[in-house]
Amino acid sequence: MDSSRLWLLRPFGERSTLIFLGVLLAAMTLVTLLHVAVPPGHPLYVSAYTVNLSGKYLSYALLAVAVDLVWGYLGILSLGHGAFFALGGYAMGMYLMRQIGDRGVYGHPELPDFMVFLNWDSLPWYWYGFDMAWFAFLMVLLVPGALALVFGFLAFRSRVTGVYLSIITQALTFALMLAFFRNEMGFGGNNGLTDFREILGFNLRSSETRLGLFLATGVALALGYVLCRAIVTSKLGRVCVATRDAEARTRFLGYRVERFQLFVFTVSAMLAGLAGALYVPQVGIINPSEFSPLFSIEIVLWVALGGRATLYGAVIGAILVNYAKTVFTGAMPDAWLFALGGLFVLVTVFLPKGVAGLLALRLRRRRDGDGSFSGKEASA
Amino acid sequence: MSILRSLASRDRVFDFLVPVESPVDVRHGPILYLEDVTVSFDGFKAINDLNLTIDDGELRCIIGPNGAGKTTMMDIITGKTRPDSGQVWFGSRHDLLTMNEPEIASLGIGRKFQKPTVFEALTVFENLELAMAADKRILPTLTARINGEIRDRIDEILEIIGLKPLHARPAGILSHGQKQWLEIGMLLMQRPRLLLVDEPVAGMTEQEMERTAELLTGLAGKQSVVVVEHDMGFVRSIARKVTVLHQGSVLAEGSMDQVSSDPRVIEVYLGAEAEEETL
Repeated sequence: MDSSRLWLLRPFGERSTLIFLGVLLAAMTLVTLLHVAVPPGHPLYVSAYTVNLSGKYLSYALLAVAVDLVWGYLGILSLGHGAFFALGGYAMGMYLMRQIGDRGVYGHPELPDFMVFLNWDSLPWYWYGFDMAWFAFLMVLLVPGALALVFGFLAFRSRVTGVYLSIITQALTFALMLAFFRNEMGFGGNNGLTDFREILGFNLRSSETRLGLFLATGVALALGYVLCRAIVTSKLGRVCVATRDAEARTRFLGYRVERFQLFVFTVSAMLAGLAGALYVPQVGIINPSEFSPLFSIEIVLWVALGGRATLYGAVIGAILVNYAKTVFTGAMPDAWLFALGGLFVLVTVFLPKGVAGLLALRLRRRRDGDGSFSGKEASA
Repeated sequence: MSILRSLASRDRVFDFLVPVESPVDVRHGPILYLEDVTVSFDGFKAINDLNLTIDDGELRCIIGPNGAGKTTMMDIITGKTRPDSGQVWFGSRHDLLTMNEPEIASLGIGRKFQKPTVFEALTVFENLELAMAADKRILPTLTARINGEIRDRIDEILEIIGLKPLHARPAGILSHGQKQWLEIGMLLMQRPRLLLVDEPVAGMTEQEMERTAELLTGLAGKQSVVVVEHDMGFVRSIARKVTVLHQGSVLAEGSMDQVSSDPRVIEVYLGAEAEEETL
């Protein structure tokens, strides 16, 4: 029992994890202080809008960590992680819809507005239970996890890997997007789920709730990061890296590679679902566009920009790109896609290991300057 | 009901409940025994009435021209290829022809392929850790810890393969020869009784070859080692007993001096080299 708990605590012994958690905690504290303690109008004041935006970035960061876990360490380039993100988001959205109660436009005590509009007279069976927070929050993890389990079981058992797997994941998210666009699916079709009011009894439009959601997302990111770090620093993580680099050889050593792939892929999907669930109450809407293949590709770009197989690189990439996106789409909306493309080309050419690679290089240079042992060794 | 009750009672142990203990039985000497093995691919007899006996703890070199059936023989021993006829025994208890590849591997037959494949992103130490015989299911792997016993075992192997100073470096930076040694070390982590080594010194420098010869001769005695090799100089430096294969069967067997003076061997194999040397 002791050893099974210990693997989860292992990351706390690493400097990189402590630094990451420290920076995250500092950022969360700073935003909170500047929002609460500084009077509005002061140049340092952080508005509720910015708090909300930061929360959104953090949920994207958690999503990027989930993608980095499978791409960076397992070598599975999933171009469909947006699907798990969106499913988690929909599960949360369904809960928030049920919280509206009879305050909707049509005032129906049970049915969400779009169902009344479609002349449905009762709640579809799959909406049952989503009025209870615990059930909905469980589904946030279980629905993406179950999809990943079934999808991964079929894919990995047939030893579908590499570019074929990437294409299938694209197809998966595209198929889900088309399905969720249909009104008959019962998820609000084109418009998705919106007009949310309350979460756990707190008014979603109040700045306190937004601050709370921002902090909750930060905590989720920290926990997700530690979990992923615990996985990649365990022997299982080393089996993953071995699988990534030489799958047949790993199998030859006696590891059932497809089971390891399935396990990590499912954990990653659940984290993506959690990210989606935290994203939805902060942006106030979930619609099928989150399933779009383009979004899934964008997530991979964040990870690539930040630096693969580092986890913290994924966080940096997600925040950096999305901040740039906010700035660019505000200033020059038409130029954003060019800027993103240009950024990607620049990083692939000049920073093959992403921003994280640049940081690591800096650190090593500084150590080399000291003439330390590791420096000499590296140059030898 | 009475059957169920008797099954549930703890004072009796049924035969099928007793774990099958199957140590390799080498009391009669040989650890590997091939008799009249024949295998043909599309009518071509790759192995033709092959008889071969490897003693426990022996270091044996197998040479032969291309197409002599060396690799096919390895495939038969490891269960990758099924012979058309003949018998293959591991010790005097295990009929290898009734077992599949993983079963044979877990019995203690390790095979090193020609091209070294080590996990380049992992350190030398981690490569050995993954290769170790252990519970390889997901949860035990996730919660596995490196305790003193494991560390000692890995250190022991690092010592044998001479990579101790490099244990914390990624395997990707190793030279070709060092990768071969690491791969042999990964096999040793699984505590094999019999090691099958395919062309270990291909592409090695003179010094690396010497080191490999030391390594393999050092292993013999503790485990049986079968080396398939082209390089005659290398074979001469390690072999106590050499088997020459030709067209799928044994042409000659004996010490290097014996086989190299055998006129038939000179004709089919050494001849080419002797001509080269005289040229």
